[in-house]
Amino acid sequence: MSKAEVLLAIEDLTVSFDGFRAVDAVNLYVDKGEVRVIIGPNGAGKTTLLDLICGKTHATAGTIQFKNIELTRLREHNIVRAGVGRKFQTPSIYEDLTVYQNLEVSFPRGRSAFGSLFFKRSEDVAQRVEAVAAEIQLTDQLHQSAGLLSHGQKQWLEIGMLLIQDPELLMLDEPVAGMSVRERQQTAELLKRISANRSVIVIEHDMEFVRAIAHRVTVLHQGRVLVEGSMESVQSDERVIEAYLGH
Amino acid sequence: MANLKQFLTGLTRGRADLRNVALLAAVILVALPLTLDIFRLNLVGKYLTFAFVAVGLVLCWGYGGILSLGQGIFFGLGGYCMAMFLKLEASDPVSTAIQSTPGIPDFMDWNQLKALPWFWEPFHSLPFTLLAVLVLPTLFAYLIGVTMFKRRVGGVYFAIITQAIALILTVLIVGQQGLIGGINGITDLKTLLGWDIRTNSARYILYYVNAALLLGAILLGRWMLSTKFGLLLVALRDKEERVRFSGYDVADLKIFVFCVAALFSAVGGAMFTLQVGFMSPSFVGIVPSIEMVIFTAVGGRLSLIGAVYGALLVNFGKSYFSESFADLWLYLMGALFIGVVLFLPNGLAGLFREPRQAWLQLRQQAQTWVTRLCPRCLPAGGKSEKGAV
Repeated sequence: MSKAEVLLAIEDLTVSFDGFRAVDAVNLYVDKGEVRVIIGPNGAGKTTLLDLICGKTHATAGTIQFKNIELTRLREHNIVRAGVGRKFQTPSIYEDLTVYQNLEVSFPRGRSAFGSLFFKRSEDVAQRVEAVAAEIQLTDQLHQSAGLLSHGQKQWLEIGMLLIQDPELLMLDEPVAGMSVRERQQTAELLKRISANRSVIVIEHDMEFVRAIAHRVTVLHQGRVLVEGSMESVQSDERVIEAYLGH
Repeated sequence: MANLKQFLTGLTRGRADLRNVALLAAVILVALPLTLDIFRLNLVGKYLTFAFVAVGLVLCWGYGGILSLGQGIFFGLGGYCMAMFLKLEASDPVSTAIQSTPGIPDFMDWNQLKALPWFWEPFHSLPFTLLAVLVLPTLFAYLIGVTMFKRRVGGVYFAIITQAIALILTVLIVGQQGLIGGINGITDLKTLLGWDIRTNSARYILYYVNAALLLGAILLGRWMLSTKFGLLLVALRDKEERVRFSGYDVADLKIFVFCVAALFSAVGGAMFTLQVGFMSPSFVGIVPSIEMVIFTAVGGRLSLIGAVYGALLVNFGKSYFSESFADLWLYLMGALFIGVVLFLPNGLAGLFREPRQAWLQLRQQAQTWVTRLCPRCLPAGGKSEKGAV
C-alpha cells in the first residue's frame, strides 16, 4: 500500500478533569479514505476523544490538526464547517420534524440567522435530500415525522443528516448499538459505501461489526493508546486481552 | 411524486392557516368595531397591544424554546420611548406656564428639576422617537442575548435572569421620579404632532393602526416560520447540541429570535401608550411579564393567531372578574395557567386544531392526576401506584 495522505493528526492530546486524565498523551493519525475503529473497555476515553476532536471538550494539552487546521482553537460550528461531522451515541434527531425537514435543516447552506431566513429551497437541495434519503433507505419515510421512526432508522437518519453536509471526516459513536442483526449488516454496507470518499472514525463494541468495516483498529485503555493495527493483530494481542478481562 | 404530495399538503395547510388569519382580521377589523362602543373598543385595542408580546413569545418560546419572563422590559421600553415624545409635546412652555420651570414635564418640576435631562432632548423629534421605539428595545435584547446565549445560559436560568432584569428596570424607573416619572409613570399625554389622541376619531384611527400592525407582525411571523429559520427554531428546541454540531452558531440564532420578540413587544408598548394615554412601571415588571406568558400559553404557544385570542380572552376575563371578584383574580389567573400547562399544552389553538387529540390528552392527564391525588378512585391505577410507594 502506498503511503496515504494524513487527514487528521492528533499529537500528545491530553485532557484532565480535576486531575483525572481521561485522555492521556494520545497520538493518532487517520488517513484520507480510512475507516478507523476505536475500541476499548468502558471509561477508556473513547467518547471523550471524539468530544475533543469536535470541540465539545477543550484539550488541556496537545494538538489536533485537520487538513493542517488546528481544531483545538476553533469553536464547534467552525469545526463542523471545516468538514468534521459527528454522530452522537444516542440518536440525536429532531423528532418534531419530518425526515425530509431533518435533512433539509442540515443542508450546509444558509447557516446564519439571515441566511436561513432567505435560504432558497432550490432544486439542488431537494435532489440532495432525496439522494441522501435513498442512501440511508428512508425514501418511503421522507414525509413521516422523525419521532415515529424505529431506533435503527433514527440512527440512519442522523448519519444522513451528517452525509448531507458532505464532511471529509465522519465520526460515529456506537452507530449500531441497539440494532438488529439485519440492521447491523445494512449499516456496515452503508459505512462501506460512504467511506469511499471520506475518512470515518467509529467507536464500537460489536466485534463482528468492527471486523466488517475496520481498516485499522485503535485500542484505548485508561486514556492511552494501547495497541494499533489490523483487527486480527489487535485481537490476538496479549495486552488487549488483559485490558478487557482485567487481572 | 412524494414531492408533489408534500407540496400539496403544504399548500392546503398554508391555506387553512391563511383562512384563520383572514378570520382574525375580520374579527378585529370588522366585527369588534361594529359591535363595541368606542370605550370598549379602546379596551380591546389595549389588549391587542399585549398580543404583540404574545406573538413574539410564540416565536421565541413556543418554537424556539426560549422562555423569557421579562418581555415587559421591551414592552415598557417601547412604551416609554413613545411616552417621552408625547410628554414633551404636552409640556410646551404655554401649557406649563404655572410651573416654576415652564417647558419641562410636570413631574420634573415637582421634583425640583430646573432643566430637561440630556437623554430627553432627542425625544423632541418624532422620527428619532419612532426609530428609538424600534431600535432601543431590540438593542437591549441583543445585549441580553449576547451576554446570556454566548455563554450558553439557557432554560430556567435564562427565564430567571430576564425576570430579574424586569424587576431591576422597574425599581430603576420607580426610583427615578424626577427623571422618568417614577411609580406614576408618564401621564397626561395629549397630542401627537398637534393631533389630539384622546378624541373618539383618533381612538378609532389608532385602533386600526394597531390592528393592522398586529396583523403585519403575524404575517411576518408566519413567513419566518415557513423558512429554514423556522425549522431551525424547532430543531433548537428539540436538540440544541445537534444543531450546534451541524455547523450552526446556536447563540446567534437564539439572539436573533429573542430580538424579534423584543421588537414586536416594543411596537405593542408604543401602541399601548398612544391608545391608553400613559405608560407606567406597572407594565414593565414581573407580574405583567408573566401575564404575557400566560396569554401565550392560553392561546397556544405554537399558534401566532391563538396568541392574539389568548391575549383577548384572558384580558376580558381579567376585566370581568376583577370587577366582580377583585381579590380572587390573581388566584384564578394562576390556576388558569397551571390548568393550561397541565391539560392543554397547545392551548386553545390545540383544542381547535386537533380537538380529538386534545380531548384524549386531557382525559389521560386527568386520569393520571386523579391516580396521583386519590389512588382509591381508580382501583387499577391506584394499586400499582400504591405498590410503588
